[in-house]
Amino acid sequence: MLNEMMVAILSDSKETGWVLEPEAKRFFSLAGLSIPKFIWARNEDEAVRFAERVGYPVVAKIVSPKVIHKTEKKGVAVGIHHPERLIEEFRRFRQIEGFQGVLVEETLSGIEVIIGAKVDDQFGPVVLLGMGGTGVEIYRDVALRMAPLQQRDIESMMKCLKGHKILEGYRGSPAVNSGELTRLLMTFSDLVMDLEERIESIDLNPVFCSSERCVIGDARIMLKGISDWSLRDASPRSRIAD
Amino acid sequence: MDLKTLFKPRTVAVIGISLTNDRHPANVIYHKNSLRHQADVFPVNDRGGALHGDTVYTRLSDIPKKIDLAVIATRADFVPGILTECIQTDVRGAVVISGGFAESGRADLEQRLVSIAKEADFPFIGPNCLGIYSPPYVDTFFLPPERLLRPERGSVALVSQSGGILVDHMIKFVGEGVGLSIGVSIGNKALIREVDLIQYFAEDPETKVIAFYIEGFKEKEGRAFVLAAHQCPKPIIVLKAGKTAGGTKAVTSHTASMAGDYEVFSSVLSQYGVVEARDEYELISFCEALSCYQNPAGGRIGVITGSGGHGALAVDNCYLHGLSVPSLAETEQADLRGKISNRIRPIASLSNPIDLTGSAVDDDFVAAAKFMSKRQEIDCVLILLLPYTPGITSDLAARLSLLLQQENKPLIAYVPHVEKYSMFTEGFQLNHVPVAHSIEEAVHMAAALGRLQPC
Repeated sequence: MLNEMMVAILSDSKETGWVLEPEAKRFFSLAGLSIPKFIWARNEDEAVRFAERVGYPVVAKIVSPKVIHKTEKKGVAVGIHHPERLIEEFRRFRQIEGFQGVLVEETLSGIEVIIGAKVDDQFGPVVLLGMGGTGVEIYRDVALRMAPLQQRDIESMMKCLKGHKILEGYRGSPAVNSGELTRLLMTFSDLVMDLEERIESIDLNPVFCSSERCVIGDARIMLKGISDWSLRDASPRSRIAD
Repeated sequence: MDLKTLFKPRTVAVIGISLTNDRHPANVIYHKNSLRHQADVFPVNDRGGALHGDTVYTRLSDIPKKIDLAVIATRADFVPGILTECIQTDVRGAVVISGGFAESGRADLEQRLVSIAKEADFPFIGPNCLGIYSPPYVDTFFLPPERLLRPERGSVALVSQSGGILVDHMIKFVGEGVGLSIGVSIGNKALIREVDLIQYFAEDPETKVIAFYIEGFKEKEGRAFVLAAHQCPKPIIVLKAGKTAGGTKAVTSHTASMAGDYEVFSSVLSQYGVVEARDEYELISFCEALSCYQNPAGGRIGVITGSGGHGALAVDNCYLHGLSVPSLAETEQADLRGKISNRIRPIASLSNPIDLTGSAVDDDFVAAAKFMSKRQEIDCVLILLLPYTPGITSDLAARLSLLLQQENKPLIAYVPHVEKYSMFTEGFQLNHVPVAHSIEEAVHMAAALGRLQPC
């Protein structure tokens, strides 16, 4: 499943220890998964031109090898409705350490889930599905299975979530497209098996699931043997939201 | 690797015998085997001599018989040489009791044992272990027999990284009437590990259930374990230590933070149909339940009792554990109402839970059990017995056990565990019906039988 372009993305990120969001999104797009329309804008003009084309509101996020947890560094702006605000956010992000541009993307909607992977010492690759968003580590509504996933594993993972009623359509809101979510999990699980030697963990959080499709809203790939220990965060508590 | 000879040896050499100290582990092992077990046992010590009139052999090659099992209880430094001698004299396997290897910083010495053994395809258990309790063949535990309780011959193979935990559970097996096919303490599990034992016990005709106490797996060993367990037709139970460890490792992602070692362990075990016991009590009760019933049972529970409160607590617990208590159709209830005694007909509640009330007699329980066991919509029957109600006799437990066996439906009983009611407990247990100490435990047993996917 890994192709040359995907391997190149991972190799180019070795020094940073993790894959920057625009590159991580391109990586999953190459694997056949849905990502939002986005641009990695190096200046305000590029950002505004893209936003005009894709239509407001847009989302803007800092791109910096020094910022893993973007929300904590105030590096995320959502609901940007006009170019002035976009330029203002762009200029603000420019002040953040390690600034390498701004990711501007279309605004997605749907139910937020987290899909993750970890290479476990004892069991090898495992896949996580949970109710997503910034509160994931507060609610911890997640299901874990050893990869590769079978169809029955995916069914039981969905059923296991306390939020499964939300996925199935709660109080008149439409159900998420479970076929698409299954396809995403299957592809992701196969991909993770191929990545076992290269990665430590992956977060796709959030993934926006609607009645039509599941789109990866944010992606983080932590590579094996992170060299820069300053990026490591010894206390899980401080990363509750990001 | 041939493990059968290792576990059921006909000849045993005990290496490291002391001529001056009869409390030495090797001496304890030698004496208990020569007095109590079937295998021919030979003492070995490089200085020779005599032990209570028996010849002590200086070398394995001096022993007049071919040795199946060598029990090694010498200083760690001598073990590699002894292992080589075992291989040269065609011994079939060894138990290395000796400590002083990886657990005390001598991983190199342990690795030498593994290299020697692997090259010769020579199986050994340990080091740093109690070894094998496999009556009537052999018992390599260096614990004086007068200090131990011996479980009955039975169908549970119990495997533990810790010797102490193994012996403790064997003692509890005696208290609960659970039978043991074999007990193995694998210590540092340098060569023979849990996965090898799953494969061996899957084929062992005396073992129906395999139970493990596990402290940790090496890299990717957990994956091999669950895949082997998945292939094994016999139920496998695991009690894990170190549930709360971790938290020391640096994590940078949500997934890594939420998929901690124990969370992964527990999820993956149930993904592959392995029963996780959350504490030592559950380990014992799951061993008891699964040694009675090996086939997975569904999660639809029928409850029969003489007390509304017992029924209500059982129902609560069932739903907490993902089991259901389906209610029975009105027409069926009417059918049962016709079969119970006049006295309780107007007061018994027959929907499920069936509450026969404190005025029920033996025949009412038998009628209700017969009725419940024939219901297609019920997978497993819980009988919560109140031995202090006036209408029932001590024959009831055995009658109910035999009845449910006739219908081929699993039955789990609850009886208050006090000496006074042991006729009831034994009436069930001797007829291969598991008996719980509490209503909640009865429900846990039912859940374990289901080996259900998580949640």
